[in-house]
Amino acid sequence: MQMNRRTVLKATAASAALGLAGLPARAQGIDELVIAYNVNLPSWDPTVGASAVNPTLQGLYQSVFDQFILQQPDLKPAPGLITEWGWNEDRSKVVLKVREGVTWHDGSPFTAEDVAWSLARAADEKTGNPIQFIWSTLGNFQVEGNTVTADVVRFEPTIFKWMYFLTGYVLPKAYYEKVGPEGFEAAPIGTGPYMVDKFERNAFVRLKANPNYWGGKPEFETVTIKFVPDAAARVAEVESGNSHVTLEMPYEEYDRLKAGGLTGVAHPISDIGMIFLNDVEPMLDPNVRKAAVAAIDKQTIINRLLSGYGVAIDTLQTPEYDAYDPAIRTPYDEAKAIELLAASGYSPDNPVRFKIQTTKGFKPKDYEMIQAIVGLWRKVGIEAEIEVYEIAKHYELRAADTLAPAAFYNWGNSVGDPTTSTGFAMFGPSPHSVWDGEDLAAMIGPLWGEADEEKRIAGWKAVDAYIAENALVIPLLQYVQPILAAPGVTVTPHASGALLPHLMKRA
Amino acid sequence: MKLLRAILLRLATTAVTLAGVAVIVFVVIRVVPGNPIAMMLPPGATDEDIARLTAHYGLDRPIPQQFLIWVGGVLRGDFGTSITNRQPVLDLVLGRLPATLELSLLALVIAVLLGGAAALTGTRLGGTRTEAAIDVANGVALSVPDFLWGLVLVLVFGVLFPIFNISGRVTPSLDLPFVTEFYLFESLLRLRFDLLADLLSHMILPALALAIPLAAIVAQLLKQSLKETMHLDYVTLARTRGYGETRVITREALPNAILPTLTLVGVQFTFLIGGTVIIERLFSYEGLGNMAIDAVINRDLPLIQGIVILFAALFTAVNLTVDLTYAALNPRLRHGG
Repeated sequence: MQMNRRTVLKATAASAALGLAGLPARAQGIDELVIAYNVNLPSWDPTVGASAVNPTLQGLYQSVFDQFILQQPDLKPAPGLITEWGWNEDRSKVVLKVREGVTWHDGSPFTAEDVAWSLARAADEKTGNPIQFIWSTLGNFQVEGNTVTADVVRFEPTIFKWMYFLTGYVLPKAYYEKVGPEGFEAAPIGTGPYMVDKFERNAFVRLKANPNYWGGKPEFETVTIKFVPDAAARVAEVESGNSHVTLEMPYEEYDRLKAGGLTGVAHPISDIGMIFLNDVEPMLDPNVRKAAVAAIDKQTIINRLLSGYGVAIDTLQTPEYDAYDPAIRTPYDEAKAIELLAASGYSPDNPVRFKIQTTKGFKPKDYEMIQAIVGLWRKVGIEAEIEVYEIAKHYELRAADTLAPAAFYNWGNSVGDPTTSTGFAMFGPSPHSVWDGEDLAAMIGPLWGEADEEKRIAGWKAVDAYIAENALVIPLLQYVQPILAAPGVTVTPHASGALLPHLMKRA
Repeated sequence: MKLLRAILLRLATTAVTLAGVAVIVFVVIRVVPGNPIAMMLPPGATDEDIARLTAHYGLDRPIPQQFLIWVGGVLRGDFGTSITNRQPVLDLVLGRLPATLELSLLALVIAVLLGGAAALTGTRLGGTRTEAAIDVANGVALSVPDFLWGLVLVLVFGVLFPIFNISGRVTPSLDLPFVTEFYLFESLLRLRFDLLADLLSHMILPALALAIPLAAIVAQLLKQSLKETMHLDYVTLARTRGYGETRVITREALPNAILPTLTLVGVQFTFLIGGTVIIERLFSYEGLGNMAIDAVINRDLPLIQGIVILFAALFTAVNLTVDLTYAALNPRLRHGG
């Protein structure tokens, strides 16, 4: 074919037309939202078993079930199925007002009986609720109209916070008793914004919007959540247009794909990275611990390894937590670290030696961060040997209190209360803590049942200050969660890290 | 009669093999690091909570006692309950097995077709550039492991030229009329070519990733066998009778040359099934391999045991089938020669 100006113009116009016609659906109206999710859903019951305490699954549960109290994207509570909550005057009872006019997905009415039953079931050790130790602080549930009251068996200041935390979900009494646990697993119903339309284990869950949702019908009528555990495959899913939204991809891929036309949001969440210190040699030397803290340039690690996605922290509280105190600081100071080690007879030529354990690939750049930290330590006189293990081994060693002198871990605390971060991580008798100092346990002990909220929070801040002063743990960073979306979708991030389809809108 | 005796003997040794695998996997997964109870401990767990959870899952008993309880259950068809899924292990495993079998069989068919075609073409065009190109392609295919092929296929056919699906087994919005989990097989039986096309669209990339290295092995071995067979007297005789080269290769040389390849394919098929673990994970394909990875990550001991025993049974069944097929094809073995 002879090329002339007319031919070229025709070809150009034809190509442009073809290109426009072939625009992927993501730039036009989206009928069915498809999300590539990073974990499989093993079980539908959000109140029992290992799944119930898996933070990554909570976004799936919150699509179908409602928690007792709604948690807003900034972690603050709001009226949900419970519209009002509190203690009576002498704190011997809790009083809960239940929302009216709500229906279960099968159309049956939601009532205060469901709330009472769900709380009683959670408190019953026979049902296997992992948080039974909290729910059992309430008992003798009574229903009168749309009000539920319960006796305070043991005062728990955070009881209402647990109503929007792990296992704090309302399940349908009549339906559950009729179909039993197996029937509920096969066909779960809730009051949540979406109903389960189809579920294929290890494959996908297809959700249909609940037209009667008390919080307003969600924007997308149909949502398919594909379980795509492999990060590279998730990136390929959104890049190819097979999925509209995904999360938890390498930050470099996030930047690349955002520059390539996808939209994205990277928001700090309630997950933190930290290094546990064990009360064994050489960590019993406070100079070694304090030097280890002072020698870490957290911001540089975040900038270089995590592309700037992260927030350096100096306590186990993030800025959204209730007991966050910006005045508690442990700044990077290499000279101070050298001085502290010298006071104990150590130097770069005569370093203190210990092992540091870490996962590899469990959290973004976990191993690389520890490598960087070991490099910074070497400059001041700390020689740390890295041991890589799986997260399963970490849990086992921690429960047996046989972790190395230093061990990297991430800690999730989507309710933002200090008991569920500093408390469980640093209280010696807890199976989750590593540092077993009696002085610290004595400071924390009285706070568990402190009824005066101001005093309680002030107490936790004092504990954090003590921990920072004595370098009993090394907080590193607050994680940022990258979410990618097709141009036609707007995602509202939730600070708990939960990816919620009902918070997604058409752009 | 000799064949029957051989089959019975093989069945007996299979039972012993499976018993050995059961003992090994049971002990090994209990002594390697990782305690499922430690992984699900609630934040404020007390020693009593830990003891209660441990007893709930039967992990407080001595390992030999746990093993006997488990074996007793297995003999009654009860493989225990998955800790994470809270479903019977046998139901979970049998529910996922058809997906893995279909993927493996599709990969095997692709490998044999691709490898066979390459071998026949290379033999027919021996000494030419085509044969050299086939040899180079074989080398590349053999050098690259299946999971890397998977990533390449995802990139090329999933992202750059999005022709196929890169995750899952079937499009979620489709209503499936199947009564079994053998979707591919049933779609053929029911003449549901729309569903067949969708299933193949999801399976073709993971199957190719599994098939490419095996195809290279098949091509190499078969081509070598064919070359050796082509020099035998009866093949020369066939040529002198005026038969064309293609007929000489396919009708005269191939039936004898294929026997060693058949044995190898049978053995390699077991490795191919093992390879589904990584490939299923990469393509989020809902088979046994994908489930196995989650089971290991979560230290779901009953589920790991069930999956390993099933894989072991599958491997021994495949090996037995290969041996019987080989005996059927080789008259010397049928008559004990």
